[in-house]
Amino acid sequence: MADEKKYYLPEGLPTPRAQRTGLDNEFWAASKRHELMVQRCNSCKAFQWGPEFLCHECRSFDMGWQKVSGRGRLYSWVRCWNPVHPALKEACPYIVAVIELPDAGNVRMVGNLLGDPMQNPPFDVAVEAVFEDHPEATLVQWKVAS
Amino acid sequence: MSEYTIKDRVAIIGVGETKYYKRGQAPVPEFRLACEAIMKAADDAGIDVRDIDGISGYADDRNEASRLATALGLKHLGFAGMVWGGGGGGGSGAVGNAAAAVAAGYSKYCVVFRALAQGQFGRFGQAPVTNYVSGSPAYTAPYGLYVPAQWVALRTRRFMHQYGINQEPLAAVALADYYHAQFNPRAVMYGRPLTREEYDKSRWIAEPFHLFDCCMENDGSAALIVTTADRARDAKQKPAYIMAAAQGSNYRHNATIENSADYASSNFKTLAPRLFEMAGITPKDVDCAQMYEHFSGAVMISLVEHGFCKPEEVMEFVTFENITAPEGKLPINTSGGNIAECYMHGLELVNEAVRQVRGDSTCQVPDCKISLVASGPMVSPVSDLIVHSK
Repeated sequence: MADEKKYYLPEGLPTPRAQRTGLDNEFWAASKRHELMVQRCNSCKAFQWGPEFLCHECRSFDMGWQKVSGRGRLYSWVRCWNPVHPALKEACPYIVAVIELPDAGNVRMVGNLLGDPMQNPPFDVAVEAVFEDHPEATLVQWKVAS
Repeated sequence: MSEYTIKDRVAIIGVGETKYYKRGQAPVPEFRLACEAIMKAADDAGIDVRDIDGISGYADDRNEASRLATALGLKHLGFAGMVWGGGGGGGSGAVGNAAAAVAAGYSKYCVVFRALAQGQFGRFGQAPVTNYVSGSPAYTAPYGLYVPAQWVALRTRRFMHQYGINQEPLAAVALADYYHAQFNPRAVMYGRPLTREEYDKSRWIAEPFHLFDCCMENDGSAALIVTTADRARDAKQKPAYIMAAAQGSNYRHNATIENSADYASSNFKTLAPRLFEMAGITPKDVDCAQMYEHFSGAVMISLVEHGFCKPEEVMEFVTFENITAPEGKLPINTSGGNIAECYMHGLELVNEAVRQVRGDSTCQVPDCKISLVASGPMVSPVSDLIVHSK
């Protein structure tokens, strides 16, 4: 069914855009290139997510970005049945997943788990990133690894 | 007693609330509800409302201290404090701030209040509609992750996975809240008992939360009066002395986009030990507990992080029999709480803890001396309170 739909969730949800401060420009630009980037400290090499102006490990303001593999594990997931936004009225149920990235210091990202919304995937199963292009931004979705 | 503690230096001498309404049914504006609750608490305490000289709030309450002081004709406002953000997590913290203000001499009679008319303002369970989103919501909203029911479910499910927990403890909390509410005429769900069958059949909101695992949406206001132990001795009501209060957060708990350092946590791990240390008691000494339940599943994690049971013991500890008054090992949410009394952002739980140690709860735990309140699991900050009678 995922193949029949243009996007996992219907149009009408807000479009993400980079912060005015420039803090996360790299992430959104990389997503459009179908690359997954995580913030990383240039001083102590600690990964950090969500992005912040300084490193929580060493307090350095010299923060950079690291391209990561897009392979992760399914840390938790929830099947949502209540349409919390008008655009979701006909879209329930859908699955929101929290993905842990072992090659990025186990930081976590949020996306939808593509495929049957009634699937019951095991915790910690291997997943991989799928880039979902929208007109103004690219979302990072996830699917159980084949 | 250490010089730097509020233990037994302050007491809650009055509690009050408006009628609790379903969302959208309050006949008057939220600000008027706040004024009514404060007047009722002052009346319960036996003080002239104009002698209140401190106002303590939380959850970024819309009803500003200065407007309240002006409207109520307070002679002097000596303290006006707010617990930042955190929603219901600030409930006990606002009592802690009031206690600190009173102990420091900024205020003689400090009111703690919450007013919430979800029917007149936005609903916590519905997303704002915007074209664009930036900052940390940019990484969650486009995926339909918006509201507490969803992210509390994500954390609860990880905890259930780690410790092999099924739906039973969640059902026990929902059913216990509804059971207790049947004795409490203030409760919105008074006269509306819930059966296990109805619970099981109720629609999913976000798995593992059925409709009845979720707090209600209400209109109303609650308030309480804090003063020094010396003044409390002459009060109209039996004082509920504050044994301990604490507020705060685990290490990097509020890391955004679901990156709390300790994910499947209620956020009480570093706070609860400080609370018990200040109180000088252990979890075994607590006679009844008011455990904030925005969603039933978070309660078992809060119980674990306060040391009432180990995570491996949740299935045997969190049962309907164990958590209901009067006979349970640890009765919780004896007024019906956020799920069945009123979602007053947990301040109704503080008022219930006071009533338990005064001995005038509608679901009284026999010989209740010590009651604990845990406010707002999983948010940041969270807060705790222990009250007792002497």
